[in-house]
Amino acid sequence: MATGIKDKVVILGMGCSKFGERWDANAEDLMVEAFEEVTKDAGVERHQIEAAWFGTAIEDQHVGKSGVPLAMTLRLPYIPVTRVENYCATGTEAFRGACYAVASGAVDIALALGVEKLKDTGYGGLPQRGRGNLNNLYWPNLSAPGSFAQLATAYRAKHGVVRGDLKRAMAHISVKSHDNASKNPKAHLRNRITEDDVLNAPMVAEPLGLYDCCGVSDGSACAIVTTPEIARSLGKTDLIGVKALQIAVSNGQELQYDEWDGSYFATTRVAAKRAYQEAGIRDPRSQISLVDVHDCFSITELVTLEDLNLSAEGKALGDVLDGFYDSAGRVPCQIDGGLKCFGHPIGASGLRMLYEMYLQLGGRAGERQTGNPVFGLTHNLGGFPSQNVSSVTIVGRLGA
Amino acid sequence: MGNEVGILSFGAYIPRLRLQRQAIAAANSWFNPGLRGLAKGERAMANWDEDAVTMAVEAARDCLAGFDHRAVASLYLASTTHPFDDRQNASIAAGALHLRPALRSLDAGGSLRAATSTLVTALAAAAGTEGPTLLAAGDHRLAKAASPQEMQYGDGAAALLIGSGRPIAQLVGAHSETVDFVPQFRAHGRAHDYAWEERWIRDEGYMKIVPRTIGALLKATGTEASAVSAFCLPCTLSRVIPGVGKRVGITDGAVRDNLVAVCGDTGAAHPLVMLIQALEDAKPGDLILVAAFDSGCDALLFRVTDAITALPARRGVKGSLARRKEEAIYQRYLAFNDLVALERGMRAEGDKGTPLSLLYRNRDMITSLIGGRCRTCGTLQYPRGRYCVNPQCNALDSQDDQSFADRPASVMSYTADLLTYCPDPPAYYGMIQFDGGGRMMIDFTDVDEGKVDVGTPMRMTFRIKDVDAARGFVRYYWKAAPVTSA
Repeated sequence: MATGIKDKVVILGMGCSKFGERWDANAEDLMVEAFEEVTKDAGVERHQIEAAWFGTAIEDQHVGKSGVPLAMTLRLPYIPVTRVENYCATGTEAFRGACYAVASGAVDIALALGVEKLKDTGYGGLPQRGRGNLNNLYWPNLSAPGSFAQLATAYRAKHGVVRGDLKRAMAHISVKSHDNASKNPKAHLRNRITEDDVLNAPMVAEPLGLYDCCGVSDGSACAIVTTPEIARSLGKTDLIGVKALQIAVSNGQELQYDEWDGSYFATTRVAAKRAYQEAGIRDPRSQISLVDVHDCFSITELVTLEDLNLSAEGKALGDVLDGFYDSAGRVPCQIDGGLKCFGHPIGASGLRMLYEMYLQLGGRAGERQTGNPVFGLTHNLGGFPSQNVSSVTIVGRLGA
Repeated sequence: MGNEVGILSFGAYIPRLRLQRQAIAAANSWFNPGLRGLAKGERAMANWDEDAVTMAVEAARDCLAGFDHRAVASLYLASTTHPFDDRQNASIAAGALHLRPALRSLDAGGSLRAATSTLVTALAAAAGTEGPTLLAAGDHRLAKAASPQEMQYGDGAAALLIGSGRPIAQLVGAHSETVDFVPQFRAHGRAHDYAWEERWIRDEGYMKIVPRTIGALLKATGTEASAVSAFCLPCTLSRVIPGVGKRVGITDGAVRDNLVAVCGDTGAAHPLVMLIQALEDAKPGDLILVAAFDSGCDALLFRVTDAITALPARRGVKGSLARRKEEAIYQRYLAFNDLVALERGMRAEGDKGTPLSLLYRNRDMITSLIGGRCRTCGTLQYPRGRYCVNPQCNALDSQDDQSFADRPASVMSYTADLLTYCPDPPAYYGMIQFDGGGRMMIDFTDVDEGKVDVGTPMRMTFRIKDVDAARGFVRYYWKAAPVTSA
């Protein structure tokens, strides 16, 4: 019987570039920016890194394929570098690879780095890209907002929610993330907005308006992981351990079998259940200190809070409006601004979320610090509600 | 009873958009003030995702209602606007209609008589053919801005099933004359017609060649012109149709309306469109004369039989005409037909190349909308995977062909997307659930704002998916349309 990852691996250090429209920077510059921070934070030098995982999703926009761009950019000394891509869970996949390498005993110290340089397309939104030759023949020419907007239509239909009420809860989610990001110097969008701004914004994909959509950003984030023993031997205290690493991937049931109703993420429910089990968490609503979920769109955040079993099904709307997930609420959500405002350089996003958890758990989040957190949960959702990759990661104080 | 030869069934398709001629005149009469005189009524306008093939497919589906489509032995597709010069257009339609592979097929074109000439041929051959012949005709003719043709042309399609059985109409006789009289022409590679003076077309063409042809037909069949109950002759020139009727002795009451006011001239399809509308009004024993003029003339005389009363209800021409949406934005017509250099945005620039080997391998799935029905658990699914999608089953290679084209469906989730590229934004798409099982994420078409929601009944329709402009390849697939607009 597998025992899981809990506390077998600790985060030795993390780094994160400034996110945003980085007209000044190539992907390589962003990688260096994050890497310089992580090596200083971890107190290790590049020759101590024994293996690396490199996450990037839309590589044809910047560095191209393979692990070579990471090794070339950071001048890594002929170590194994594995390039991973798994939609928006790419950064988390890189982290998972590094953690598993350490947990297996194959290496002592591993690096996970994610990067995306998206702002060289010439237009707003994510870059246009092929879906595969056969898919191109029959898939709708769907955009990310268009596919996630359908969550809202199905959620409304299932729970009998009035359109205006759902829009108002979605607006609250975005207003909260902008508030949080205003305190985050590395965030892409730091302006504060009002509920009216959200409700009156131009429509992107019915019912998602401009402020229901996250930023499209350039950025990089990374982590260096090792075992608790090695971390202590390097003089580290107050260690932050990896509690759970779970990923669930759609197999066609949502898209092609007649059960799923379109109002939730089947994958996230499975990944969350497994993650809580792996981390030994019985009551997430009371035990999880804070969360960073994959708020690519406001409706995604709302639905995900139910799928993570933080709100009961159909009740996230009320919890959101009651401030349960605000910065001063019981479970702050997107305390760093989330994808919405910190930004969403795809390959970096999972690691960026962990960066914030790492700062919060270490009491180093400055103005954004949320008391004394014990468990932080991060979540990624890549693809479309009907076929996706969902990851749930839990980190926390070692031994908790 | 049951072994006579003739027309067994009919079907029609007129696209629902009706461009208001007033809108054309408002845009162009500054240049051609003569257009004001034509600014009455409306013309059928294909959606951006429709062409001669897709419209002919829809007419053929209408025609085959109540008939075994796998029995069809021949498919003829008539048009002057076939999307492909080399790639049989009929074979695309055959795939969409999921006709049997053992099929004779032919594209007919080159003249506005393409459909009537093919009809004569098909009727002549019907007695010796082992299965019925499906004749589908569709046209989507382009015209230059501010031309009279832009006002007069309409888009549309019609289909007839010809063979032995219980025909609703039998051929009394047919006569054709072939004359290199050129009212208009469209040279190879040209987008638009070049037309000669209307007075000449009228006086030397319609008023001489058509009466001669009809006269010969009536004489050969021993028919009194006054016995003709319906006279169908496509022509947009004023007073010509009653003039021809008078010249050959057909009564005024028998002259059928040319539908130009409500639909426009649908080109090669139009003789059939008018014939079908006459059949919709006909009673047993009626004599219907249909003629088409272009590079000569075809004239066919039909006698309607008792079987017409038993033909199952269908959309037909009348249903198609009733299904309409007024289009008052002339610019949309220009944009749909690539008649203006529209800034489509960078998102429209993606490479749309199609691997032909891949398309061939997946032709059932893509062109015929065939999914699977699991023999083990009965689950309907699309596309058909090697393993059944039912998590309690997952059987390997357990699925039989299951067509989804004619299954009713309803909306499970949807969006109206303004970000993604669509020639007619917003792009409507979503998940539809089929009655009896199966679902798919698919493009919607013919959607009106506010007229689609969770639960809206949908119908599948064969359309253009996108066009690979770099290589000139049209990609076809299916879309879901609200039943109320389909």
